[in-house]
Parts: sequence; structure tokens; C-alpha cells
Amino acid sequence: MSKKSVFVIAAVAGAAVAGTVAARRLRQGGSEDSAGPDDQVEGSTDRWRVVTIAADPEQIAPEGRLPTPLADLDELIEVRFEPAPGDRGTELAARPRAGASHPDDQNDLARMIRRALRESKQLIEAGELATNEPQPEGHRPATPAGLVVDALSRRSPEEGVL
Amino acid sequence: MKALCWTGINKLQVEDVDEPTILEPRDAIVKVTLSTSCGSDLHLLGGYVPGMRAGDVLGHEFMGEIVAVGSGVEKRKVGDRVVVCSFMSCGQCFYCVNGLTSLCDNTNPHPGLGEGLFGASTGGCFGYSQITGGFAGSHAEYVRVPHIDTGAFPIPDGVTDEQAVFASDAVPTGWMGADLGGVKPGDVVAVWGAGGVGQMAARASMLLGAEKVIVIDRLPERLEQARSIIGAETLDYSDTEVMAELRERTGGRGPDVSIEAVGMEAHSERPDYLYDRVKTALKLETDRPTAVREAIMATRKGGSVFVLGVFGGLVDKFPLGAVMNKGLTLRSAQQHGHRYIPMLLERIAAGEIPTGHLATHVMPLADAPKGYEMFKTKDDGCVRAVFRP
Repeated sequence: MSKKSVFVIAAVAGAAVAGTVAARRLRQGGSEDSAGPDDQVEGSTDRWRVVTIAADPEQIAPEGRLPTPLADLDELIEVRFEPAPGDRGTELAARPRAGASHPDDQNDLARMIRRALRESKQLIEAGELATNEPQPEGHRPATPAGLVVDALSRRSPEEGVL
Repeated sequence: MKALCWTGINKLQVEDVDEPTILEPRDAIVKVTLSTSCGSDLHLLGGYVPGMRAGDVLGHEFMGEIVAVGSGVEKRKVGDRVVVCSFMSCGQCFYCVNGLTSLCDNTNPHPGLGEGLFGASTGGCFGYSQITGGFAGSHAEYVRVPHIDTGAFPIPDGVTDEQAVFASDAVPTGWMGADLGGVKPGDVVAVWGAGGVGQMAARASMLLGAEKVIVIDRLPERLEQARSIIGAETLDYSDTEVMAELRERTGGRGPDVSIEAVGMEAHSERPDYLYDRVKTALKLETDRPTAVREAIMATRKGGSVFVLGVFGGLVDKFPLGAVMNKGLTLRSAQQHGHRYIPMLLERIAAGEIPTGHLATHVMPLADAPKGYEMFKTKDDGCVRAVFRP
């Protein structure tokens, strides 16, 4: 892998991480105005994370049963449903339950919530999960740049600004 | 099977790879008949678009025959001859329902990458880096197509492979630029770039009623195509001063709509091109927005500018003051092809949109590395190198 390639990948990694962190800080800083102090739990890992799903609450959680990806976290999270403006469906939010902690750490739980919310939305709206593995690929040499891309790609379903 | 793989910056290789399989119920497998190079691939090839991984299969603009379908496929069937939109659409999310299909919420397995770079992720796209999902591309014998019912379109009888393949991306991208750019009867439209997308944007503008369409480039064979096949006026930027020439040809007003179909590796004769070369070489800027700057400065007061060219990161010396003080409307998008492709295939069949001439160099997939070299250097008048696996 050339120096240029390593630089580009490093820049991507830096930009992706910086963008995510900056967005999280902005959202954390502005959270009291946007969500109201009653909804806040201390720390960014404990905040509400929200997706908008083009479906009614009854379709998302028939008879109160959460979609599977969220149901798997049932003991660890609390969930909120609100109508989305403009007939856009339902805002589905989740955050760590007060006092709940994941065996590893709160960052891991935040990642699990991001992934569960995204997967719930995909299953309800699209009927399946976005996936591409396994798929055709050429020789993938174990280079530093390649390892960075692999790591970022692997973690991307549970990272980002959500 | 054989597939063209990106193996590093400016390195391509045809390799033996596994054949794709059905992974989800709405998938299909398409046997690729034709798959074309695209100017945006050069950004991947040169390392300008981040997130490429050695071994990634390239290619996003293609047509072929469905040879297998998943259990959830309802509209398409084995044996259908189809063109496949380069971006993927679930057909159900807010963006897909509203015709903004390249923004699909549910087709990109790597949403965190786009969110980190852009604040939100695009939908999935074939063969276009990990940022758009890392999907294997179409420069291969077979390709897996998720959501085939929404993403593949039957090709009318009488439309040849060479005509149909460009309905995958170049034609809808160009049409979208004219449509969402707001072209209306009586307009004067300027299009930067006489490649496949620029020519299609010019033709779309004419079909939407523009009275005058001016295509800007420096490559004589492309300008000749824009004149003789598309029916547009042309302007060679290496031979004249673009903004003065546009003012002269538009009664001193400037174009009503400007469509930029160049992207992040623009060339120019102006000093700011050298500035961008230095800044990108020093990694102080990722993209060269030379044509975008020119389009903004040239457009008439109250006009609109549509950015069709692909950009991946940050640009410098962006004339925001011109956008604000001239009251411009600035829009952009990856292509929302699903809303246009059926209509465009009918127009191609009716002879309203010429496309086959773009396939200047059709060759076996085994020759794809050579094809990309020709396409990159514009050798032998190459407008598009098209591969037949």
C-alpha cells in the first residue's frame, strides 16, 4: 500500500471519527434545549438515540412486543414512541435503562442500541437487513490501510451520529 | 468467475473471485451483459474517494439478465433483460417514497462511515467504496442485486445493449440535473463537462424545453458528439474565456441553469486550478471544485446551479458570497434513478435520447485495466470503455 493510500485512509478514519465525535458533542451540548431536562441522563452514552420509521407504533411493536433487535436488549434499555411530524411515521427512541450497565461498558451498550435501532428500522421498512457478506472479492492483502478500512467498516453499523 | 478488482491507487487487476449468492429474500443474481466505466470511477481509482479496500470489485453502471431470484422477489423473474440502477432503493423509507432514492435509509450496511464524513449516509451503491456500503461491483460475470424489484428495469425490445447500459446511471443522472435544476421552456442552460453525464444533462435540458444549451469542455471528440449527436452548442474552454463567452451568448445575463458534470478532479485554464492542484497535493483540500466555482460565477442572478459531479470531501475558496448575493439556488445529489429510468428507457426506445455513441470502446472484461487506462487518459477519443464479461 502506498504512502498516499495510507494517508487517505488515515484521513478518512480521522474525518469519520472527528465528525462523529463533533456531532455527538454538539448534540450533547444542545440536548437540554432540544429534549428537555426531564429526558436527560448524564453522559452522552446514556442519551436517547432515535430513528424515524415509516410505520405506526402498532406495526413497530404489535401488542407491545419490541422488534427483535431491540427485544434482545429489553432488560438493558427503555424505549419511547412518538408520532413523527408530517405523517412520516413514528420516532422510535431507546436509551440505557437507569442503573443498567452492560457487562463491558456503557460505550458498548450505546453501540448495541445504535445497531438495534438501525436493524429494527431496516426490518420494519425494508423487510430485511442491509448486508453484503459473503460476497465476491479479490485478494485482500493485510496492509495497515486495509486493516483500518476493515475495522471502520466492521464497526460502522454501530457507530456514526445516531 | 472473473472480476475487475481495485488493488491500490491507480492499480487494477482482473482476478478470479467467488460467484455471488442470494443473501436476502429480495435479492437476485444478474448475469452481466455490459458494464461501463464511469468518470466517477476515476476518483476511486486515483484514491480521491476514501474507503476503498484492495480487492474491491469495481463497476456500478450495468445491464444484464436475471439468472436467479430470492423467495421474496415479486415483480422480476429469471430471464428478464434488465438495466440496474447504480444506487439501491428499499422502496419503503421516507426518501424512497419521496423519489430521493440515492438517500435510501435501508440499503447501506456501513452507515457509520457516511455519517462520520457527511453527517448522514447515502444508500447503497454497487462498486463504490465502503462508504456506500462496500457492495461488490458490476465489472464481473455476475452481480448480486439487493431489492431487485425496485432496482432493475426491463429493457424495451429494440433497445440495444449498448444503448441500454447508460440508463443505469449516466442518463438518469443527467436527467436529474436538468429536472431538479429546474430547467423549463425558454431557458438557457450551460453544462460543464461533455462526458456521458454532461451530454445526457444537455439532452435532458433540451427535452425539458431549453431554447439554448451550451456544453463546455476541452476535448474535441466529446464536443463534436455534443454538437452533432446531442444537438447542443459547444464551448472549448481551452480556446476562450468561459464567463465572457457565456455572457456574450446569453445576452449579458448568464445561463438560467448551470449544470456541473465534472466533479472533484476538474481541469481548467484559470489560476484557481493551479491553486487547487497545490492545495490537494499538500492535502489541505481533498477536491478541486474549479468547474463549480465557474458555474456559480457564470449563472444569472436568481438562477440555479446543480452539482452532478461527484465530490467526496472538502473544498476551498467556495464563492458563497456569489450564491447569496445573486440569489442562486444550489442543489446536488447522487442520482435518484428509480424515479426516471422507466421513462428514460421509453425515450431511448423512441429515439429521443441517443446513448449508444458513448460506448466508444467495447472490449472483453479481461481488457478492463487497459480500458480504464484509455478512459483515464482519453486516449483514442475514449468517451466510455465498456466491458463485456
